[in-house]
Amino acid sequence: MAEAETVEAMEAEAPERTFGEVVLKMDSIEVGFGGVKAIDNVSFEVRRGEILAIIGPNGAGKSSMLNCINGFYKPRSGSITFKGKTMKAMDPHYAAANGIARTFQNIALFRGMSTLDNLMTGRVLKMKKNFLWQCLYWGPAQKEEIENRAHVEKVIDFLDIQAIRRTPVGRLPYGLQKRVELGRALAMEPDILLLDEPMAGMNVEEKQDMSRFVLDLNEEFGTTIVLIEHDMGVVMDISDRVVVLDYGRKIADGTPDEVRANKNVIDAYLGVPHED
Amino acid sequence: MTLPFEVWFFFEVVLNGLFTGTMYSLVALGFVLIFKASGVFNFAQGIMVLFAALNFVGFIEMGLHPLLAGAITIAIMIALAYAVEGLVLRHLVNQAPIILFMSTIGIAFFLEGFGEFIWGGDVHALDVGIPDGAWFVGDMMIQQFDVSQAVIAAVLVGVLAAFFTYTRIGRALRAVADDHQAALSVGIPLNQIWVIVWAVAGMVALVAGIIWGARLGVQFSLSIIALKALPVLILGGFTSVPGAIIGGLIIGTGEKLAEIYGAPAFESLVEATTGVDSISFGGVEEWFAYVLAMIFLFFRPQGLFGDRIIERV
Repeated sequence: MAEAETVEAMEAEAPERTFGEVVLKMDSIEVGFGGVKAIDNVSFEVRRGEILAIIGPNGAGKSSMLNCINGFYKPRSGSITFKGKTMKAMDPHYAAANGIARTFQNIALFRGMSTLDNLMTGRVLKMKKNFLWQCLYWGPAQKEEIENRAHVEKVIDFLDIQAIRRTPVGRLPYGLQKRVELGRALAMEPDILLLDEPMAGMNVEEKQDMSRFVLDLNEEFGTTIVLIEHDMGVVMDISDRVVVLDYGRKIADGTPDEVRANKNVIDAYLGVPHED
Repeated sequence: MTLPFEVWFFFEVVLNGLFTGTMYSLVALGFVLIFKASGVFNFAQGIMVLFAALNFVGFIEMGLHPLLAGAITIAIMIALAYAVEGLVLRHLVNQAPIILFMSTIGIAFFLEGFGEFIWGGDVHALDVGIPDGAWFVGDMMIQQFDVSQAVIAAVLVGVLAAFFTYTRIGRALRAVADDHQAALSVGIPLNQIWVIVWAVAGMVALVAGIIWGARLGVQFSLSIIALKALPVLILGGFTSVPGAIIGGLIIGTGEKLAEIYGAPAFESLVEATTGVDSISFGGVEEWFAYVLAMIFLFFRPQGLFGDRIIERV
């Protein structure tokens, strides 16, 4: 009940959200491992500035789809159009260099390093001075380091993690590790942020914090967000649009309300065959 | 000083062991660098020690100044790093570790043959001017050569540690060592990182090769001594730089103590219990390291400092 009220309240206050051009287009993507089809002919578009959720039961191909977007998986067929350039598959380095950042389902932090160092790795591609230059020529490389450090400090403020700046991330509690991982992605100043189950394993309070961050950075920086999430309350609250996958196929694509009412979706989630 | 001779002798044995240990550590360090950054167990590391030393001594015999010879050899090791990345590793990305391991065996054979083809198979004496006298502290003799070698090794480790901790490349290297996928996702270029670690491992090999070579002569059996790095790694952990250093010291000291004290003690024990006095346990030094490593594998397979591998089930 309370949930429904907040949604209505938000809808009443917020003006109609408008989005930019299509920034990412996944066209007839097919991914397979041996004889298993993980993704079967799925297409969808992501518009600049929107929050898109990909949902579906376990094994529906959600993470595989994210891995295609940032280039870890190469689709068997289909094409990806990103910022006007169409390609058969993404390359991870190209993705990172052109504004796609991501987080992982199982936290993938650099565990031995401090929070600050983890975030600084997000600036690797922003630092133009070549690796070898740095050995020979301290001045400019150091100035660059300081500039990038300043940006990282902004991210630290935004995520409110000042207190753990110097802590090796391996020692942090789970919820904070998730936040640091988000921070590393943000340090890249991404255009598109891919979040793979950002709220998995969190308690209610941590989920609220994380939802707040997602909404804030979408609003303040205009970051486009593609997220996978199992918590339907969260998904329906924060997404502008929802794509539903089941057994590697797309079964629905629309606003949260449309998807909620979709019979295919209800069946997929409840596992009941529909009878008409 | 009025300590009895036996005590001085004990100190001397331990010190000797520690010095030998620094040499094992140096070779092990090369293995760890590559293993951490690329997950590849580089079987060719021992041959790289030999190959670097062969080039170095070869250029000196051609009449070049040792510094110039060193610079050219470093250039060659860097070129080798590029070649290994471009011709071998790049094409084997995402293959199983065993395949990468096999490829390094190939590299080892190639380097061994190539080194012999260019420089011949003779033993080369190498004198880089490391002082060879001895100091006496009480009744203990300390070889100046050993001390120089330990200092060189310590400086090298210090430089590497600073490089990894304070430079941007170091940060990228640690990132790759911690998590490949995450490193890729922030755009760290894996290929460049591989070239850098192989080049650094090549330079470490050169330093190890010069010291070993100055001690024993530059010869093909150097690559077999380098195998001692294996038990060092098992002891210290394949992924830990401090582990490689401490593992080397433990093995160096342990095998000397086992040889000098353990073997005679064991002989007299056997004689006392069975009356057989014809068995000699000399040469413990040769196999002590491997037995110790085996015991470690039973009880602590990740080594003293290695990452514990826990699979989620």
